[in-house]
Amino acid sequence: MNSSTKEEGQMKTKEILETKSSRRAFMKKLSIAAAAGSAGLVTGGCVSLESSEEMGLKWEEYFKKNYRLMTQEEKDETVARLERLFKLQHNENVQISNQEPQENVLFGYAFNISRCKGYMDCVEACVQENNLDRKAKTQYIRIFEMEPGQLDPTSGDGKYHHEVPVENKFYMGVQCYHCENAPCTKACPTKATWREPDGIIVVDYDWCIGCRYCLAACPYWGRRFNWGEPEVAEEEITKKQHYLGNRMRMKGVMEKCTFCIQRTRQGKLPACAEACPTGSRVFGNLLDPNSEIRYVLKHKKVFRFKEELGTDPKFWYFID
Amino acid sequence: MTTNPQKGISAFVSDCMRWALSGGIGFKIYLVALLTVIGVGAFAYIKQFQEGLIITGMSDIVSWGLYISNFTFFVGVAAAAVMLIVPAYILKDKDLHEVVIIGECVAVGALIMCLMFITMDMGGPFKVWHMMPIIGLFNWPSSILTWDVLVLNGYLALNSLVPLYILYCNYHNRAPVGWKYKPFVFLSIFWAVSIHMTTAFLYQGLPARPFWNNPLLGPRFLASAFAAGPAVIMMVLIVIKQKTQYPVDIQIFFKLKRIIVVSAIINLLMLFSEIFKEFYTFTHHSLSAQYLFFGLDGHDSLVPWIWTAIGLNILGTLLFSFDPTKCNPRYLMVAAISLFTGIWIEKGFGLIIPGFIPSPMGEVVDYSPTTNEILITLGVLATGILVVTLLIKPALAILIKFKKATA
Repeated sequence: MNSSTKEEGQMKTKEILETKSSRRAFMKKLSIAAAAGSAGLVTGGCVSLESSEEMGLKWEEYFKKNYRLMTQEEKDETVARLERLFKLQHNENVQISNQEPQENVLFGYAFNISRCKGYMDCVEACVQENNLDRKAKTQYIRIFEMEPGQLDPTSGDGKYHHEVPVENKFYMGVQCYHCENAPCTKACPTKATWREPDGIIVVDYDWCIGCRYCLAACPYWGRRFNWGEPEVAEEEITKKQHYLGNRMRMKGVMEKCTFCIQRTRQGKLPACAEACPTGSRVFGNLLDPNSEIRYVLKHKKVFRFKEELGTDPKFWYFID
Repeated sequence: MTTNPQKGISAFVSDCMRWALSGGIGFKIYLVALLTVIGVGAFAYIKQFQEGLIITGMSDIVSWGLYISNFTFFVGVAAAAVMLIVPAYILKDKDLHEVVIIGECVAVGALIMCLMFITMDMGGPFKVWHMMPIIGLFNWPSSILTWDVLVLNGYLALNSLVPLYILYCNYHNRAPVGWKYKPFVFLSIFWAVSIHMTTAFLYQGLPARPFWNNPLLGPRFLASAFAAGPAVIMMVLIVIKQKTQYPVDIQIFFKLKRIIVVSAIINLLMLFSEIFKEFYTFTHHSLSAQYLFFGLDGHDSLVPWIWTAIGLNILGTLLFSFDPTKCNPRYLMVAAISLFTGIWIEKGFGLIIPGFIPSPMGEVVDYSPTTNEILITLGVLATGILVVTLLIKPALAILIKFKKATA
């Protein structure tokens, strides 16, 4: 890192930090020393590789609250710290949003099983958009190739690797269904995962302790765990991020589809729906009577997966 | 409170440490061996801490493995104490009253193992404070895991403090005052049942996993624990009888055996009931059981384990039921090891792993723990054994001393 960018960076954090009380400043000084010690223990003594500023930021990050308990000011502070940390570690700028849900919005999704041809452009777009771990080949979306006479993806083939579409087969996409009565949020011992007012089930990655009880509780296999440190090539990182969405995850935490919260809260479509070449994916506001999703729910034959569990998913399948 | 100013807490602590660590060359070798296993386990854990859980055999499909299996089983062992506490304190059984303290030491060791297994399994062990009431955000009463945190720590406190008080009194040649500890003894009886039921509810409450979502899980968990737990205590008692001067009456073995036989038979009955339900009318929900007992889609890594477990289970039950030697310690040791191992495999591996297979999306994979995972597990087991040893030694020394003083 060259010295001018570093100086500029220090100025920026100084600005952020000086807006706070002197207690904070004292805590920071204290924390740098303490962090140097503890970080040394953890990383096996490569303290010199990390600047003291970085360790100070990490230390403050360690003691922050659950996202839902933060005031708007605290949310802005943590976002500033995370952006700064990314700059220090990768010498690149990211924008991490903490945009709140919009009023009178409840997101819903519908998937047209007569149209999908199994091209998996949605999977690719999702991996790109959400900075999914390339090393572990994490995917939020999976497409199952189905035989006629079935409607249950568990009987389909989720690992097909051949040219599509195949004669006399159809395709079903699965992902997190953002259940209204979600078993995963109920299971979490630390309230690190919850349902936002616009219906999106999110994870506070920094609050998750990695017990994986939510993963065991999910009847749809909608959650993914970071077993190792996730890896995304620097040039492939999506820079427009959301705190509860596609910001970089760390090892030992749970993650999942967030309906592309960083896009959909700005009125865009999720990456999967935008990428779909066949128009099989319909996304919209369930509370808007003129939305396409409402049209589908009203005029098409729709069904949901494992309806008998009473999870009330916000994801429907439909037939043309 | 103390009658003798030269005694008191510091003398109690230093004497206990002395008694805990003193012993012949055999004992020293035993300690060093345990410490070596713990050291290797700690080293393996550092590796896991740095690289993440990726170095275990777990995956997004089988997301709990060896750690949680052992956790589940040892919650059962921790209950062992209650099978001594009930007859000793409620039914005023003199024989079992002599050894109730050993049951409590075993419970403490088992609980420490449980808490360690949970910690080893966490993705972010440094963030464990997020789960603490008040300073973190405790999702109580919604999450069964928070209930489990409460009952396990509460049981640990009860099982440490009550014996501590009794031993502290005995150390000072006083009998403990009934009203000061008896209420906690009664509380611990209900609490022991609650640690089982709550841990079973962790699994039982998940409709996502039909293999666990079964109302018999909790009761069966209790029955198996009340067989495996006293079997562990019996093994410890046999060692004590042979290695120390502490008198262990033959009557104690008779009574323990009776407890084990009844529990083991109920356990087998429930196992039979479960197998009947899974296989008489084979449904989609029976696929996990199919995987466990016979293999599924060419994956059958648990099949030899579960049949070994059932074999050992039946063998142990039969050995305890028909004992021609009239409580010969060697015979009982074989029976106890057989039953304990059988239930260990069945209530650990055999309960947790099939719950994940097939995955909710119908996929079948095998899980096998990595060497690193096994080393960490062995390290935790050795820690538990060490804790039990270091608790029982001073406890027995105090009891012997107290008996001599009051005789």
